[in-house]
Amino acid sequence: MYEPKIIGFLCNWCSYAAADLAGTSRIQYPSNMRAIRVMCSSRVDPEHVLRAFINGADGVLIAGCHPGDCHYISGNYKTQRKVMLLKKMLEQFGIDPRRLRLEWCSSAEGGKFAQVVTDMTEELRTLGPIQLETGD
Amino acid sequence: MSAATKGTKGKGKDKGKSGTKEMKGKKVTIDPITRLEGHGKIEIFLDDGGNVMNAYIQIPEFRGFERFCQGRPGEELPRITPRICGVCPTAHHMASTKTLDAAFHVDPPSAAKKLRELMYAGYIVYDHTLHFYYLGGPDFIVGPQAPAAERNILGVINKVGLEIAKEVIKHRSYGQKVIQMLGGKATHPVCGLPGGISKGLNEEERAEIEEMAKSSVKFAQFSLETFDKLVLQNKEYLDLILSDAYTMKTYYMGLVDDNNKVNFYDGKVRVVDPTGKEYIKFSPSQYLDHIEEHVEPWSYIKFPYLKGIGWKGFVDGVDSGVFRVAPLARLNAAEGMATPLAQDAYEKMMETLGYPAHQTLATHWARLIELQYAAERLLELAQDEEITSSDIRAEPGEPGEGVGIVEAARGTLIHHYQLDEEGIARKVNLIVATVNNAPAISMSVRDAAKGVIKDGTVSDGLLNMVEMAFRAYDPCFACATHFLPGETPLQVRIHRSDGTIETVKRT
Amino acid sequence: MDKLKFAFYWAASCGGCEIAVLDIDEKILDVVEKADIVFWPVAIDTKYKEVEAFEDKYIDVCFFNGAIRNNENEEMAHLLRKKSKILIAFGACSCFGGIPGLSNESNSEETFSTAYKDVPSVVNPDGILPQPSSRVPEGELTLPTLYDTVKALHQVVDVDYFIPGCPPPPELIAENIDAIFSGDLPPKGSVLAPDIALCEECPLEIVEKKIPTIKRPYEVVPDGKRCLLEQGILCMGINTRAGCGARCIKANMPCRGCMGPTSEVADQGAKLISSIASILGVEGEEAKTDEEVQKLIDQIKDPMGTFYRYSLPVSLLKRKVMKK
Repeated sequence: MYEPKIIGFLCNWCSYAAADLAGTSRIQYPSNMRAIRVMCSSRVDPEHVLRAFINGADGVLIAGCHPGDCHYISGNYKTQRKVMLLKKMLEQFGIDPRRLRLEWCSSAEGGKFAQVVTDMTEELRTLGPIQLETGD
Repeated sequence: MSAATKGTKGKGKDKGKSGTKEMKGKKVTIDPITRLEGHGKIEIFLDDGGNVMNAYIQIPEFRGFERFCQGRPGEELPRITPRICGVCPTAHHMASTKTLDAAFHVDPPSAAKKLRELMYAGYIVYDHTLHFYYLGGPDFIVGPQAPAAERNILGVINKVGLEIAKEVIKHRSYGQKVIQMLGGKATHPVCGLPGGISKGLNEEERAEIEEMAKSSVKFAQFSLETFDKLVLQNKEYLDLILSDAYTMKTYYMGLVDDNNKVNFYDGKVRVVDPTGKEYIKFSPSQYLDHIEEHVEPWSYIKFPYLKGIGWKGFVDGVDSGVFRVAPLARLNAAEGMATPLAQDAYEKMMETLGYPAHQTLATHWARLIELQYAAERLLELAQDEEITSSDIRAEPGEPGEGVGIVEAARGTLIHHYQLDEEGIARKVNLIVATVNNAPAISMSVRDAAKGVIKDGTVSDGLLNMVEMAFRAYDPCFACATHFLPGETPLQVRIHRSDGTIETVKRT
Repeated sequence: MDKLKFAFYWAASCGGCEIAVLDIDEKILDVVEKADIVFWPVAIDTKYKEVEAFEDKYIDVCFFNGAIRNNENEEMAHLLRKKSKILIAFGACSCFGGIPGLSNESNSEETFSTAYKDVPSVVNPDGILPQPSSRVPEGELTLPTLYDTVKALHQVVDVDYFIPGCPPPPELIAENIDAIFSGDLPPKGSVLAPDIALCEECPLEIVEKKIPTIKRPYEVVPDGKRCLLEQGILCMGINTRAGCGARCIKANMPCRGCMGPTSEVADQGAKLISSIASILGVEGEEAKTDEEVQKLIDQIKDPMGTFYRYSLPVSLLKRKVMKK
């Protein structure tokens, strides 16, 4: 029975705190996401995303601070551009770009965070497990 | 200094390559074929009497360029398509660049065209020198049945001596140097853009090219004299050239200028029939009206033929659509050479062989005549007053569809791209020089095998003589099997930058 | 001293690497004084059967260029590995997959079907396709089988050294051959080229490491002084190994990455996405709307084909996913 696996790169200052808040607020949401804390969403390199996919992740979530609120001032702008360009390329690779998701989530938005993971899990359920290669 | 093929001596199994063997009712394989660009093998089927029933040249390589060129920005194609062939990358680069001129509806400034043609002349100097001295020529300079270890550039160096060897190496490198001065790299140059060229020449560079060109003109004369001395005055070789085993009467195709003289860079495609009469002359964009291709299951290469005559099988003659390209064919398809020394050499060859010249091995001679022309043309362009101009880029228009044709060293090369409104390549069609020769190469190999292998006697030297049949064509099988054209619509109208509209139709 | 034995072989190759060897010009005469070339199909008449008869490790150094595209390429890789003491992946195709690696955006079925059936100039009413084995009146003929996925040499056999480039620059080739003769090679597995990015060799000036906008090369006439990226022309030099003398830049054209990445980078294309996106439109980034940013990114028309131009087979994803 297919259970989507999501790797979530969460930035220390905003989205990881939001995940914590969802927890302490006892909000129920699917347990399909494994969290990896990074200091800033822009620490996430496209290589990390690709490694997550080839190691079995059906979806990758990158969550950072809202534009203008980045702890390091401008990190999240870079994140946005990197993710946009990576999504464009994933499509060329035959990987549905919806498998990579970028969200802005402040430390107060525990509810939003839970909703994001819920939505993403459902979407991945429809998309099915990730399939790579299938050349010979 | 010779190449060692010592690995098999005294190491157990005698594969019969160094001695003569009796073969009847068997299949003899030559694998791989050597001293050419690309992969190939020849399979010769012998009957019980040891005589050749048939011989097949198979091309086992295939990479798929037109498929993976789809989706690439059009202006990247001059940097991708040269990887079809690292021996003639400049040919692909130039055909690709001209195709972009047409697709983007832009006419480059006059200086840009001259610079491109100058670079192209340098390319022909390099490629023809390479072929004559390193690839096909050793068969004549050292001897077709000389030991395998000597039948190569190193054996040539041994035979002609170090001084001449250095001249050969030097002039091959002059051609490469010219390409590099404009294109950045000799192998896989990069300067072609729709509407022009990315780099020009300053006076210092121009003067250097002029010196190299003068030396190349003399080197070409020397090469023709060498050919005369070593080959034409050697009765055994002359008989070989004139023999039936290496003669075929086909149609001939090549690019010509407005005076019907050979031109490598630009012009119209002219085809003459086996008697030398003009059969057709067409513009690049009309190529699909005249050329079709046949497929066999035993080779990755395809077999083009003249659409108007039709595919009649692996036969020559006026009723068969088989045509040839490359030096001998170009000289037949034209009415002469555009520069004086080359024209003299052309007249001498046609007097000796008769016009049209059908003797396949004479391609080596035609190649040297073209070397002479390319060197003279290089000099002409290096002395042109516009050649150091910096007016080398024109602004491209909206992207669309285009065809570009050049004469690669090995024959007529056609690129055809369809770009979408963002200039991304959607369909790519290539008819590459050596493919045009595929039927003729197959026939030449078959006829040579039948001619030299009799009563079961097979030796390394005789097998080499079979290989000589394809070597004359200077084939480029990497070019020939890039292949993977895409779909093109039934009718296309090409709007040229000079205002004319051509309609390309296929049935 | 005994002469070394060299071999040069081409798999799915264009032949440019062989020409690059010849482009060391007169130095080839020094090479043949110190080495016998026992196998080199472009120039010398040795056949496969003779190579099979060599003793194991008979060849001292084999320079293997070309990608692995069909079973014959793979068999030759194994054969030459067996017969060679040192096997060098020579050129971008054998190091990374090269330009043929772009085939990994498709598969052999699609490729064949387009080439031999759909194309306008082909007349093939019976839908004949090249076959691994076919019968002719006189007997049987065989052809190698095309793979769906193009591979680099080290993905099929153990490789001792890598010399990148498309083709490897002749100066680099000559340097490395000298090192072979003097026994001066680095540890096994090394790439025999400088381990720094092209920017170090590039003659253009970096002023402020920002890309304002991306233009197509035919839309701009570069000024010949300033970094091409800063002039809006996509250049892969920032994540490409030096060692080529920045020849393409000197012809006023941008780098396309043929020397592969430096040793610190596992995936050249992924790293290029990171580098380029980080500095594209960085000026005034805080004021741009999502749509404006998307428009900026959309100026890059073909990320896969541009960033993985030479290295698709050795990328983390290796190929496009094809549904079966």
